[in-house]
Amino acid sequence: MSSLVAGAEVLSGQAYWLPILFIGLMGLAFLLYAILDGYDLGVGILLPFDASELSGKEADAHSERQRDRMISSIGPFWDANETWLVMAVGLLLIAFPSAHSLVLGHLYLPALVLLVGLMLRGVAFDFRAKAPVEHKLRWDWAFKGGSLLATLAQGYMIGRYVGGFEAGLAAYAFAGLSAVCVSAGYSFIGAAWLVMKTEGTLQVRAVRWARITLWLMVFGIASVSIVSPLLNPEVFAKWFRLPEVILLMMIPMVVTTLVVACDRYLAHYPYRGDMGCWFPFAAAVGIFVFSFIGLGYSFFPYVVPGTLTVWQAASDVSALRFMGYGAVMVVPIILIYTAYSYQVFWGKARDLTYQ
Amino acid sequence: MEFDTLLLSRLQFALNISVHILFPSITIALCWVLLAFKLLGNITGDETWVRAYRFWVKVFALTFALGVVTGITMSFQFGTNWPGYMERVGNVAGPLLGYEVMTAFFLEATFLGIMLFGAKRVSNRTHTVATLLVAIGTSLSAFWIIALNSWMQTPQGFELIDGVVYPVDWLAIIFNPSMPYRLSHVMIASGLTCAFFITGVSAYRLLKGDDKPGPKYTLRFALLMAALLAPLQAFVGDLHGLNTLEHQPAKIAAMEGVWHTEKGAPLLLFAIPDEAQQKNHFEVAIPKLASLILTHELDGEIRGISSFGDDHPRVAPVFFAFRIMVGLGMLMMLAGIGLSLLLWRKGGLKPWQLRGLVAMTFSGWVATLAGWYVTEIGRQPFLVTGILRTEEAVTSQPPENVVVSLVVYVLVYSFLLTAYIKTVFSMARKAAKLERQELLPLGGIDPEPTVFDGSLSTADKNSQQELSS
Repeated sequence: MSSLVAGAEVLSGQAYWLPILFIGLMGLAFLLYAILDGYDLGVGILLPFDASELSGKEADAHSERQRDRMISSIGPFWDANETWLVMAVGLLLIAFPSAHSLVLGHLYLPALVLLVGLMLRGVAFDFRAKAPVEHKLRWDWAFKGGSLLATLAQGYMIGRYVGGFEAGLAAYAFAGLSAVCVSAGYSFIGAAWLVMKTEGTLQVRAVRWARITLWLMVFGIASVSIVSPLLNPEVFAKWFRLPEVILLMMIPMVVTTLVVACDRYLAHYPYRGDMGCWFPFAAAVGIFVFSFIGLGYSFFPYVVPGTLTVWQAASDVSALRFMGYGAVMVVPIILIYTAYSYQVFWGKARDLTYQ
Repeated sequence: MEFDTLLLSRLQFALNISVHILFPSITIALCWVLLAFKLLGNITGDETWVRAYRFWVKVFALTFALGVVTGITMSFQFGTNWPGYMERVGNVAGPLLGYEVMTAFFLEATFLGIMLFGAKRVSNRTHTVATLLVAIGTSLSAFWIIALNSWMQTPQGFELIDGVVYPVDWLAIIFNPSMPYRLSHVMIASGLTCAFFITGVSAYRLLKGDDKPGPKYTLRFALLMAALLAPLQAFVGDLHGLNTLEHQPAKIAAMEGVWHTEKGAPLLLFAIPDEAQQKNHFEVAIPKLASLILTHELDGEIRGISSFGDDHPRVAPVFFAFRIMVGLGMLMMLAGIGLSLLLWRKGGLKPWQLRGLVAMTFSGWVATLAGWYVTEIGRQPFLVTGILRTEEAVTSQPPENVVVSLVVYVLVYSFLLTAYIKTVFSMARKAAKLERQELLPLGGIDPEPTVFDGSLSTADKNSQQELSS
């Protein structure tokens, strides 16, 4: 551990624990965001404008029906999903204000791209169904384009963040790689969501999308896992230190098992009675969770890698305490009614109506 | 005026927050109106209320979506353009924003899904409760954000150590002196904005030949709402003004165009303030009325701009914005009360009266923005009164970056606003065109599920029926 962190150990009581509580909450919010908005952004990226087995007008009608169904599968959820981003960025702002300024100061233009993407997508959701019919196709493209723009921007931002905002071609190339891989990851979890929530020809397509994007994502996770310890000796030391290494190797092992099992499941599709249609999505969630734990472990206790620790960046204890009471009470309630909402819309997606 | 990072960031923030506030100013009240429609339907069994709910819940969904996406932008603005804000007052601002996200955003976003699409999947009672929870969520959100904004206007309950604010008394922070007034003023403003929005769209449907009962019901409901809220707003606005006089006298001086401290100040109906000469041109005034309104004495003293040194806002924007807000408020009172009476006496409105209401569809937006400009520009040169100057909080980003983002925001927001307004009227036209017999039967579940969201693909007849009422 660096001297900065050693210095922080002098802190005791709330001044020590509250920043840890908040980095945990923030991590949870980012993880939930990546999973939840991940699948609905992924569904957006995957929106098809063709139908492989058909052509002409028939194909247009068919792909429009598929887009309708795909979007209706995420309809009741996207709004709350996106709120996790506000929560996560909000927690960064509230609990670690100097880190918030530092991170967003470095990511000024990518953040703009992210926001434009999210805006286009969020409004396309409503406009596609409410604007005059002849505009629907254009809004669908806005939906797809906005989703892709948002995920590319997020991936790029994560890449810059993990690389400690270093200049140089290698750092930017790494961010570019991260952009592609995060988009692949979101597409994968989106496809897995569709395998779970749809049927028929759309499900067949979703299985194909899931298999392709799974391997793209694996390529991304593998390269980040290899590159970051090589770029950052501190990360290397954290990962390859006895006896932790024994426990830590569980992470790549679990992820590998999930990837292989998921690929095998998808390869043998279809199943009688749609058996295990939830499995790819569950596997995707598992892969996201374990990858996130790995990422978190690499950088804790830094909130900005190599620059600011959670204790250096934290707000005043009294502000954190006031927030902490609320968070401890409210977050479980949020999780409960989120679960309720998923239960209400359980099962295969139906077309949405306002009735 | 130099287009440096400070000015560009201020313009960008003004643009972001101006566009954002348009949508909550409708949804905060619209959700309570929807709850009223829902309850009226439940209690009277009159299916017209149910259809009114269905039409307006779609408008609500669209408006809410625009509020969400423009709101996400806001949460990034602090970090990208105003890092000094959180560094200096983050210990107070952060938790208030945090409570907004935790208690309001998730509540509204989650139950919105059930409110919009869950009517067939949950019981009617649960659906009513979902509507109530979304309404509570939107209002809670307003509560926290107004608490923070008011604290920035009239800060208390903190101590200052090395220029950084540390909270001492949270109740004093939340219920700071201007908060109750601003909250009431903003909530009623939302009610008025929503009332004229509903009357405008309903009048538009009537003018387009809609002979179904829906738009008549909603027109009557919303006009009554306007007739009740407009006078109440004038009363609350007056109290708010008195509170401002006590805590932010420089803002009042700018609103009233009082350059030099005077007794028996006149109420200026019109004038052109001249910043350089510290005087007004072309004054149209009612003698002593400003003093009477503000101090309740004919010869009451009102402090002038010149007595505040450099710590006062620019006069012209505050002065004009205030007059636009008050003027529109008067017009709303006249329209709300006058047309309600006519409707009650004659049982209907003439086409020119309906056209007037259509023209006033977004009058609430203009008045709301004008009101916010008064209070926000009126707080300058401070970001937090007496504690933090706006220029101290701005980012060190190069101006080129801010130019890029500002241009992008202008383009995106113009596009979104145009699309929003066009879509609202296009939804109204479609609803107006539906014949009575085409309406989907209420109650019961239709065996063939309709296309997503009542999407209006011509191929699908069901979807047309979706746009009911």
